[in-house]
Order: sequence, then C-alpha cells, then structure tokens
Amino acid sequence: MSPDRSQTLRDAVGLGLAVGLYGVAFGAAADAAGLDVWQALVLSAVMFTGASQFALIGVLGAGGSPLAAVGSALLLGTRNTVYGVRLVPLLRPRGPLRRAGTAHWVIDETTALSLAAPDRALAGLAFLVGGATLYLTWNATTVVGALGAAALGGTARAALDAVVPAAFLALLWPRLGRGNAQPAVQRRVALGGAVVALALTPFVPPGVQVVAAVVAVALAGRPRRAAA
Amino acid sequence: MSATWTAVLVASVGCYLLKLAGLSVPASWVEQSWVARVVDFVPAALLAALVVVQGLTSGDEVVVDGRLAGLAVAALALALRAPFIVVLVLAGAVGALVHVLAG
Repeated sequence: MSPDRSQTLRDAVGLGLAVGLYGVAFGAAADAAGLDVWQALVLSAVMFTGASQFALIGVLGAGGSPLAAVGSALLLGTRNTVYGVRLVPLLRPRGPLRRAGTAHWVIDETTALSLAAPDRALAGLAFLVGGATLYLTWNATTVVGALGAAALGGTARAALDAVVPAAFLALLWPRLGRGNAQPAVQRRVALGGAVVALALTPFVPPGVQVVAAVVAVALAGRPRRAAA
Repeated sequence: MSATWTAVLVASVGCYLLKLAGLSVPASWVEQSWVARVVDFVPAALLAALVVVQGLTSGDEVVVDGRLAGLAVAALALALRAPFIVVLVLAGAVGALVHVLAG
C-alpha cells in the first residue's frame, strides 16, 4: 500500500472513531431532552449531522415547539448543501442511486477528509472509509448514551445538564478562532445571537428565541450585504 | 404520532434533502454571495443562542446554576485547546460538583 493511501486510511478511521465516540454525548443529551432511545437513534441514523441533531434536541429540551426545533436543525443543515457542491467534482457520484447514497454521508468530517486527501481517488476512499467508520460508531454510541443516561441519578443528571451547553460551546468555539473566515465578524455574530436569545427568553415561547436570534443577526447584517 | 416524532422525522428528512440538494443543483445556485454569507454566519449565531439557552435558561426564566460554572470551565479548557471529550467531561464534573455542594 502506498504511504499516501495508508495515511489517508489512518486519518479517515481515526477521525471517524474520535468523532463517532461523541455520539455518547448526543445520546445522553437526547435522553435528557425527553427523547426516547428510538428517536435518538433515528436522528443519528437518518439525519446524521451532529450540529443539527444537537440543535433539534436542544430546542425540544428547552421546551420549545417542534417547529422551532425543526427550523434550527434545518438552518444548521444548510452547511451540508454547500459541502455537497464542493464534493461533486471530487467524488463525481454517477446516477441517482449513487448520488442518494453519497448525500447521506455529506457532513463536516467527511468533507474535511475528502478535501484534505492528496488526489481524487483517495478523496473517494477517505469519504467512504471516514463516513462508514463515523456512521457506525456514531449510531452505536448514540444508543449507549441514550440508554446510559436513562439510568442516571440526580447528580449524574446535573452533570449531563452541564455537558449539553458545553457541547454547543465546543461546536461554536472553532468558528470564532483564526483560520476561519472573518473571525472578528463571527465573534460579533455569536455575541449578537447570544444576547438576543437571552433577552427574548422571558417573552417568547421556549425555543423561539433561538430562531429569532438567527433572524435578528441576519437582518442586522443586511445593510452591509446590500452595500457590498 | 407524537409531536416529538413528527419533529424528528421532518427534520431528519429535511436535513437529508439539504445534503442531496448540494450534490444535485448547479454549483452556481449555491455559490452566490448571500448564500455563502448565510452559511458562513448562521451557525455562529445559532450555536451561541443555543449555548445561552441551554446554559442559562429554564422554560421562560433566566437561571444561574451549575451549568454556568460548567460553561466557564469548558471555555477555559477550549482556550487551552483541550480535546472535545475532555471539555465535556470537565463541564460535567463541575456541574455535578455544584449540584452536590448546593445539594
């Protein structure tokens, strides 16, 4: 096996396992939000995009309406549409079946792996191996987390309550640092979203403040967009 | 069907269709400046809103408890470039500690 090929395989399996283990946190958080293990598993198996999964259960867990929960999940899911556009020239999925299958695994990690691979053949390999490893691990650990959390007592549940916001912070953090597009603007957008959500909390049904925060920040950014 | 199941299924299918759209539509549809802006900045606003809602609210009230202490420790750990799982374990430990101390 060429060094490039074994390096690509190692990266794909390693990232798939590392991120896949994080499904424990999702399964546990889903249980804390009041979902049963089947609902958690359907999210991991069908939705299969972590940030959207966390957003859906985050809004439901806060007592939010299903509509606000679905809206949050879809807003975060738009990212994958752009990833798909970037992946088409690399993966060239032929025919509707290939395309439908490939689409299911288009997420942050598989996109990063494919774009980092040294050539087109290895990009396809990285996508498949990374996607398969992550998919299997993520779904297995989701079930472990959901079943494990259901058996927790008061103190462990308090721990879990603290893990969920920390998980969102950990998802947010890399977007605010250098190496991202316009980190200063990202930080302003994040601060704006947090302030609006907190300020609206006493006045709107739970969950609505999350979607409202996004809309408010988008509207605040509009004049600059029109001028550009 | 319960409202939760409906939300789970609708959002799951919706997210899948968003992925499929990326592989199906002409690149020019997606590579417009306003689409790029939305995709670049929506996650930051949404995730930040979820951090405060999950960390500081309960129903329609703003509540300060062990979750905030957990968030502070998580932020410190992230600033020190701790791995994901370490961040979560530390936040959970602090949340549990506050629960026991406030018990």
